[in-house]
Amino acid sequence: MNESDPAPGLELLNAAFRDFIPHNKVLGFEIIEASFDPPYVIARLPYDERLVGHPDSGLLHGGVVTTLLDAAGGAAVYTRLNSPQSIATLDLRIDYLKPAAGRLAVSSRAECIKCTRNVAFVRMTAYQEDLTDPIAMGAATYMIGTPGQAVTQGFLL
Amino acid sequence: MTIVEQVARARQTGDWNSLIASVPYAKFLGVTLEERDGTLLGRMKFSDQLVGNPHLPALHGGTLGALLELAAQFELMYRAQTLVLPKTVTLTIDYLRSGRAQDTFVRAKTVRQGRRVATVHTWAWQEDEHQPVAQATVKQLIISEAP
Repeated sequence: MNESDPAPGLELLNAAFRDFIPHNKVLGFEIIEASFDPPYVIARLPYDERLVGHPDSGLLHGGVVTTLLDAAGGAAVYTRLNSPQSIATLDLRIDYLKPAAGRLAVSSRAECIKCTRNVAFVRMTAYQEDLTDPIAMGAATYMIGTPGQAVTQGFLL
Repeated sequence: MTIVEQVARARQTGDWNSLIASVPYAKFLGVTLEERDGTLLGRMKFSDQLVGNPHLPALHGGTLGALLELAAQFELMYRAQTLVLPKTVTLTIDYLRSGRAQDTFVRAKTVRQGRRVATVHTWAWQEDEHQPVAQATVKQLIISEAP
């Protein structure tokens, strides 16, 4: 964590995204770094044998990376919102650059590039030990503030 | 038996559920598979641990994405004239509706199978197949890459 720019409400973000969302909780999802400026989070999923996609190799399934990017992206939107609002994933596009290797945790840095009244735009990178050696890249949009409408796909506070 | 051998056997026996049951992550999500009317029909059984929004409640978007990706992979293993395991290159998901606290079904269709890359369209629904909760286009490599 960067000492000069301490994480804004890291505990609040984890309360919302790690503890409150059942699927994130069961995966062991955790936000380990967050910033308002630039507006990003870094989130991590530990290696877990239940999430393996190829029994022969023990490698994690791509769907695990999809879930991590979706969850990290949602948390990144929260670094741009003035007040908690319901958000919903609108679309998510992922390039799989290479498989997740070995029995290592997967991390994602997600940055909210732009946040308008209705839509937030996010870019994500998934990596294992080195951010500059990514395993996947993601681009997502999230609908913001959908009170009373049952369109919420992801995270509601 | 290697996965490739298991795929070959599933093609002969039509027992695709045994194959997907051998994938730990598919089991974790509660996904089962059956051959029906010349296609594979997948089902993700609802459980509380799949929830992404406890207020509504609604399924986590990641679980729907993973279900769509699994369906695309198995569509190619079911359909493609290759014994190389398909490798996902890109995935583009549209979230269309909230996934409710109930079972979700999935089907996939090969849009085009080229020599190296196949494009698969896949869609997931709960009550009405014509009202999908999410859909995706998945590009998969179907040749082995030289290291």
